[in-house]
Amino acid sequence: MKVAYWPGCVSRGFTPELHGSMAKIAPLLDIELVELDRAACCGAGVIAEHNQELADTLNARTFALAQQTDGTMMMNICSTCQGSQTECQERLDANAEYRELINDNLADEGLSYQRGLENKNFLWLLVEEIGLDALREKVSQPLENLRVGPFYGCYIVRPTDRLNIDEAQPRDTYLHQLIDALGGTVIDYAGAYRCCGFPIITMNKAASLKQAGRHIGDAIDAEADCLVTPCPLCHLNLDLQQPLAEREVGRKLGLPILHLPQLVGLALGLEPSELGMARHVVKPTSVIDWSTSVIAGAA
Amino acid sequence: MAEFTLKIRRYSPESGEAPYWESFETELPGHRSVLEGILQVKDREDGSLAIRCSCRAAICGSCGVKVNGKPRLACNTHLEWAQSNAKDGEITVEPMGNMPVIKDLIVDMDAVHWKKIQRITPWLLPDGPPPEREYVVPHESMVDVTQSMACIQCGACVSDCLSMEVDPLFIGPAALAKAYRFVGDPRDGQHEERLRDLAEDPHGIYDCTHCFFCIEACPKGVAPMSQIMRLRRLAGSDYEIEDRNNGHRHEQAFVKNIRKHGLLHEADLLPDSYGGKLHPRTVPELVDSLPSITRALLRRKVTPQNALLHPHKASKEVKRIFDKVEGRPERLEFNLYVSGTEDEPDAPGSEDEQGPNDPGAGDDGQAQQAGSGPQKKRS
Repeated sequence: MKVAYWPGCVSRGFTPELHGSMAKIAPLLDIELVELDRAACCGAGVIAEHNQELADTLNARTFALAQQTDGTMMMNICSTCQGSQTECQERLDANAEYRELINDNLADEGLSYQRGLENKNFLWLLVEEIGLDALREKVSQPLENLRVGPFYGCYIVRPTDRLNIDEAQPRDTYLHQLIDALGGTVIDYAGAYRCCGFPIITMNKAASLKQAGRHIGDAIDAEADCLVTPCPLCHLNLDLQQPLAEREVGRKLGLPILHLPQLVGLALGLEPSELGMARHVVKPTSVIDWSTSVIAGAA
Repeated sequence: MAEFTLKIRRYSPESGEAPYWESFETELPGHRSVLEGILQVKDREDGSLAIRCSCRAAICGSCGVKVNGKPRLACNTHLEWAQSNAKDGEITVEPMGNMPVIKDLIVDMDAVHWKKIQRITPWLLPDGPPPEREYVVPHESMVDVTQSMACIQCGACVSDCLSMEVDPLFIGPAALAKAYRFVGDPRDGQHEERLRDLAEDPHGIYDCTHCFFCIEACPKGVAPMSQIMRLRRLAGSDYEIEDRNNGHRHEQAFVKNIRKHGLLHEADLLPDSYGGKLHPRTVPELVDSLPSITRALLRRKVTPQNALLHPHKASKEVKRIFDKVEGRPERLEFNLYVSGTEDEPDAPGSEDEQGPNDPGAGDDGQAQQAGSGPQKKRS
């Protein structure tokens, strides 16, 4: 399938391994990525906090660019982009007068957003468009004996009504379902739906790092080998800041944090090094050991 | 009639015993509430079971509890809905979080919730003498604060607040939503002072971690986090209040960053949030972060080139959007709670609107249909 692809900023900035691993696995899943290289940052909630019209205009522009491609839908690889963009889209879709006003800001560029664009995180696309049964058939290295804790990130699970999460569409269980479909063991721990603390890292560093440290500690106590997240901002607080989080919660951590495409890539037969795991601040030793043992077992 | 099992968390701090779970059977039609189930247990099985309740109509805000782990009003949660969401066939009922338990399902609202409400000076502070007759307030101004006025002080948002969990001093979602009620009221004469106070407090508006739990928890569609963001917008964009918590600086640095680069350049954002790379505030922060910075450089997560140079520049179209929107004399704001959602034929999901969309609730959201379209704010 062909999608208008919005990688976000951080996947091309401080977590380049996310963008890289998505590019690696897309052909294996028959996803053609048409990258929206002219689009700007979603604002991550901060631009909306500064000026709502500005955030709505920047995202309407991204949606309009996506509608110009011949992809069937737009795909993102960042929980925060998903949440921020859905919030803007909710306002744009709710009122024709407001939509016209925002589209007027785009008129100079000849762009216009028409309501009805579907924007799905890679996680949603995997479950809803590709389907877990089809994915299972593509798995060449089931994640047997790999104990994975799901870490969703706030923006992709709340508010449930805005994100269309309900019994018919239980998007807040997809990460659990996916780990299972890839053959891994889902770890039940307290942090799966909680905040990584990233949004307040510059405002209240201690509280921010305490959040990250607690969730990682809980996952370690539940004997997780790693966490997986669809959010690169969560990855920054959980991986990049993990040495500082250790200091804040006063215990040794060292838990590898994987991006969603990296976990999928492992099950599709790619090696940790091909998926950019050497770039993580916390060396994913448990995952590398798992991968080595699987390859040795197969040989 | 159907049978429902209520698994209730029991605790009496005075007894010296540890908390424990106790299961009770109730027999009621499925459309009756969890509160009625609890009261039946109290009536027929154990009169010592403690719960606070009054109106039974989702308006007094007394019966906040956690049902199946999520904060709700017991009186507007149907038993059959709770059953369908129950793990292991039992509906769990426990006291709300972030507040000490007095007994069983009763928490100490005075110790946390009401203390925080008091903190924000919850009454009007008008300028000058009162008018001879009543205050005349423009309709739009009152509509603007309707959402925060819908709060029934049940404490559900406080119960689930993740910032409060790691920082108990955080003023919190309910009190900050209430603060907007006064900051947004034209009869109040202390808007700037209120905002300065809430911005400067290390546990104030910039301590919210943006987790959306309070929006999810609120049975009345107040969306406390959205009110906190409006307070930030007023403090930062309108009054340009420079707070000691880097809140406004972070917002400014972020907006400047995107205007310049189009995409976020993280290596600039962090130092700029503290005042710039060479600012005295920045240096200790960078030194403190050395364990992370060193490892990021060693692993080539960040290279000196991409930390110092950012190849991406914002297009002239993006810059033009910034100029146009930021150049408006008035800031535009569009609140779905106030305007509702238009019913257009081409709309997928047009029934959605901000506020509770909750099949378990006996009372629906309070979306006010009071004029549509964007509202103008001062700029």
